[in-house]
Amino acid sequence: MAQPKYPENDLQENQDERLREVSFLSRQLNKPELGAISGAVLVFVFFGFTAGGTGMFAPDGIMNWSTVSAQLGLIAIGACLLMIAGEFDLSIGSMIGFAGIMIAVPSVYWDWPVWLSILFAFAGAVSIGFINGYIVVKTGLPSFIVSLAFLFILRGLTIGLSQYFTNRTIIGGVRDIAEEQNDWMAPLFGGKAFQGFFQWLGDNGWLETFADGTPLVNGIPAVILWFLGLAFICQWMLLKTKFGNWIFASGGDAVAARNVGVPASRVKIMLFMFTAFCATVYATCQVMEFGSAAADRGLLKEFEAIIAAVIGGTLLTGGYGSVVGACFGALIFGVVQMGIFFLNIDSSWFRVFLGGMLLIAVVFNNFIRKKVTEAR
Amino acid sequence: MSKTIELRNISKFFGSVIALKDISISVNSGEVLCLLGDNGAGKSTLIKTLAGVHQPNQGEMYLEGKKIFFNSPRDALDCGIATVYQDLALVPLMSVTRNFFMGREPVRGWGLFSCFDANFADRVAKEKMDEIGIKVRDPHQAVGTMSGGERQCLAIARAIYFGAKVLILDEPTAALGVKQSLMVLRFVARARTRGLAVILITHNVHHAFPVGDHFTLLNRGHSMGTYRKEEIDQNSLQTMMAGGKELQDLEVTIQEEKELQPAVP
Repeated sequence: MAQPKYPENDLQENQDERLREVSFLSRQLNKPELGAISGAVLVFVFFGFTAGGTGMFAPDGIMNWSTVSAQLGLIAIGACLLMIAGEFDLSIGSMIGFAGIMIAVPSVYWDWPVWLSILFAFAGAVSIGFINGYIVVKTGLPSFIVSLAFLFILRGLTIGLSQYFTNRTIIGGVRDIAEEQNDWMAPLFGGKAFQGFFQWLGDNGWLETFADGTPLVNGIPAVILWFLGLAFICQWMLLKTKFGNWIFASGGDAVAARNVGVPASRVKIMLFMFTAFCATVYATCQVMEFGSAAADRGLLKEFEAIIAAVIGGTLLTGGYGSVVGACFGALIFGVVQMGIFFLNIDSSWFRVFLGGMLLIAVVFNNFIRKKVTEAR
Repeated sequence: MSKTIELRNISKFFGSVIALKDISISVNSGEVLCLLGDNGAGKSTLIKTLAGVHQPNQGEMYLEGKKIFFNSPRDALDCGIATVYQDLALVPLMSVTRNFFMGREPVRGWGLFSCFDANFADRVAKEKMDEIGIKVRDPHQAVGTMSGGERQCLAIARAIYFGAKVLILDEPTAALGVKQSLMVLRFVARARTRGLAVILITHNVHHAFPVGDHFTLLNRGHSMGTYRKEEIDQNSLQTMMAGGKELQDLEVTIQEEKELQPAVP
């Protein structure tokens, strides 16, 4: 009888006969951010052709849509990490409003220094994030419903408390107070960086200037730097650290994670606190930029953050996603929103686009998840 | 000399249900204890108590003579007790390496800047999987893409790597084919010679008998006694476990039914 011939006899020692060469593109397909990055390229190409002449890609136009994207990106990063850990936070938007009031009321009405008010807002928001997470983890209830409760509680508190303390729902004058006190912390959120550089560009004629010589774009808003910094740190943390592995594990299968020693509850609570932190950075930048806080700030922002994360390839069920993806999701969001404005199209179309985009992203993510989890 | 791991009169209640009542077992290093029992006998509850998933309501646990209490699986792992759970405790969306080191990540660097040592982790995961007979095609492939047997082997390789003193396996051969089952049993034997205390849970006597040194039978949360290999043979174990009487009764019933049935034309 003839011996069956095994193919591995012909192969070298270290080579696995079942390892197929996969193309570069196919390997990239396994990365969650692929969809968002290619989507962003498409969006840029589209608006490059249609809105190229409208000033959208002039320096001030660029600054315009990057600021919008960065603001959304800030909260999308928090939402994305929390979603990878398997939880939702629907209270992000309300938290933005609440944090704004926590800054404005003490600094304007209680004569606290602005830096102390900002720290107070951060401490307050992060504590609420902790309570939110603690309830979710201890009761085992879906975070969807717990944070939905906080969406209403916080929005109600924002309006109620601001009326109780100040008799109004829009509190202005924060920036003036910060400038008056020469506050050291306010510029970290509301200031602009590299002003000298932009002035220099303007002086040399490389950047358009106003009649008085100040350049059209006089610096990079702090919110963009916050966004880039947080995005970098979080992506590194997610992929390269122990804690990042714990985030994936907690979202992928919390029971399994706990059984092998991952403190899944602690991870989730910390990420609830982190989303609250991100919402407060957003709120502080906004308050310092506009100089005022309003009780209706951040309305619906929680959904925008989740949409950006989903467009970025994060699975709604947790355990899979990427911070870079969420950032590109936010970029698509910002560019389209502003592009439609530059093209003078009715902004209702933006919502249609958004819904369509979300649907495509979810279908695509679902396909990717199947591809990743099914036996090859 | 004190035993490597010893449980004294462990009881565990879930509400009004008595899951375990006065269970005492002990294993020395270099020994394999087989826990045998039918479904619902309390095998999994017992090992989950050992692994720190459940906390016992009564009784004490000792590791090398020292009293221990586990608040979480992390505590048990820190003491060198590693478990292969029945559901394997793997995350399908994560890579082989990330699963292998889940909860026990090797780090490089210091403080806030310490990062996951991916090169080391990839190498070890691949090496340990090779040792157990699974050629990992790519340590970055998601566990979801692996077959049931491969997953089982991953969970076992992980436990062997991290179980410094005690290795617990909950039905490790349930999902495996003949060849892979033998591979796993060979690994159990090898872990024993390496000086680990091994607790093997199974309801397959054929798998338990060749590797076991002691056999503890559980039935409905109670211990039906522990036997040394010399004291008992495979058949009587099987009989005690499957309820020999019930099997005989079944045989009788079937016989009766056959006789009652009219002959098929």
